[in-house]
Amino acid sequence: MVGPSRIWREAPSRYRFLGNRCTVCEEVYFPPRQICPKCRRASIGRMEPIQLSGNGEVVTYTVVYDPAVGHELLTPYILAIVKLDEGPRVTSQIVGAGLSEIMIGSRVKTVLRKLREEKGGGEDGGSGDGSGVITYGYKFVLDGQS
Amino acid sequence: MASIVSYGSYIPRFRVEGGEISRVWGRDLRVGVMTKAIPGPDEDTITMATESARNCLRSVDLDLGKVRALYIGSESHPYAVKPSGTVVAEALGITPDLYMADLEFACKAGSTAIIICSSQVDSGLIEYGLAIGADKAQSSTVDELEFATGSGAASFLIGKKGIVDIESMKSYTTDTPDFWRRDVQKYPSHGGRFTGEPAYFRHVTECAELLMSTMGTEAKDFKYAVFHQPNLKFPSSVGKKLGFKEEQLRPGLLVPEIGNAYAASSLLGLTAALDASEPGDRVLLVSYGSGAGSDAFQLYVNDEIVKFREVKNSRGIRNTSSYIEEKEVLDYSIYAKYSGRYRI
Ligand SMILES: [Zn+2]
Repeated sequence: MVGPSRIWREAPSRYRFLGNRCTVCEEVYFPPRQICPKCRRASIGRMEPIQLSGNGEVVTYTVVYDPAVGHELLTPYILAIVKLDEGPRVTSQIVGAGLSEIMIGSRVKTVLRKLREEKGGGEDGGSGDGSGVITYGYKFVLDGQS
Repeated sequence: MASIVSYGSYIPRFRVEGGEISRVWGRDLRVGVMTKAIPGPDEDTITMATESARNCLRSVDLDLGKVRALYIGSESHPYAVKPSGTVVAEALGITPDLYMADLEFACKAGSTAIIICSSQVDSGLIEYGLAIGADKAQSSTVDELEFATGSGAASFLIGKKGIVDIESMKSYTTDTPDFWRRDVQKYPSHGGRFTGEPAYFRHVTECAELLMSTMGTEAKDFKYAVFHQPNLKFPSSVGKKLGFKEEQLRPGLLVPEIGNAYAASSLLGLTAALDASEPGDRVLLVSYGSGAGSDAFQLYVNDEIVKFREVKNSRGIRNTSSYIEEKEVLDYSIYAKYSGRYRI
């Protein structure tokens, strides 16, 4: 179970792609890092928050037929590695698109979606008991779909 | 008075056809809704409100720190206790120097958010405020409502100078129990025929007439009029009764394509009417919320809308008609799955 405090701490990055940048080597990180793994000690105190665009490109993807708990209603769903325009790669669902529409290299953009509900999900009584905290975060849609 | 500085809409891509619902239940209770908009299982009022607000804020160049208020009107806030607006505000990056509350007044809570934002702008308390109507409309099965309820969100950025001036606004409120949902109940209940004459028609008509008599305007002074759209018949008849012609109603009448999006219903209609407007046009907006009340607005589209539209198009921000046109029609079983009607 993911506690409310972790959800709260990670909210700015998960809700709106707040990353950070090492001002020594200019590398951009998402999620944000405490120090730059390349510059190490030299980057201490020189990491700067940066607002990422949330736009990117599909590097590779797979179709998930055996869902994680709480994702039953979405199955089958597309899980992709997306390379953000600023550099970092993230693994995320691509929603909205039919399976036939997505391709390697497809342009995608971020949307806010429900990621999970504690105790299972299904706010209308689907698969969960509807009592837990709801976690929101980014997913992607094909560019032009939202 | 204050002005609409920007607006944005969001309609989920999934649809179910009225004929498909009647095929399953063997009863045809269609009310002029050909298809209704269905959110994906990972969408709700918070996510749809956020998408419409992002479209709204991305259409203008604005220091987000100046947006100092956020009000979301909805009948389907995901939590009974814990606001929707906090998540939306964080996702937009407009916290923490912010006036914020979730609003509830059935289908008119979104238009009331506009009233609150413009009042705060007019008082000088804030420079900009964001008013949102959003709903994932609930309905029980085998009910007239199941054929009518849609989903979506519309956001309006309110400030001193914008693209659509609010010339006047009025509210009309009485205690009328036509439609309700008690705490913990999943689906709303309604008073059948009682929802018409003493509820919708009385409040919409009285509120519109009150506004127009104050302003000395008549139906012919407006290019378009937008009314709350619980079905096709109600807004069509109330418009006719108030002296509006069909062509004044058509651009803002979205209920045949998306259904009744509750707190987003008349506001999405307004976004579509504004998309069709030219400088110098006047638009009348009258919402309706069960319980019951109406908000009416006399709006004047100024020259700035031309530039606004250019910027919005150049940034690839979708307008309401694009959301209406791009759709994926579901059969009843997938619709039932997406709406959480199965126990897993
Ligand atoms: Zn570095």
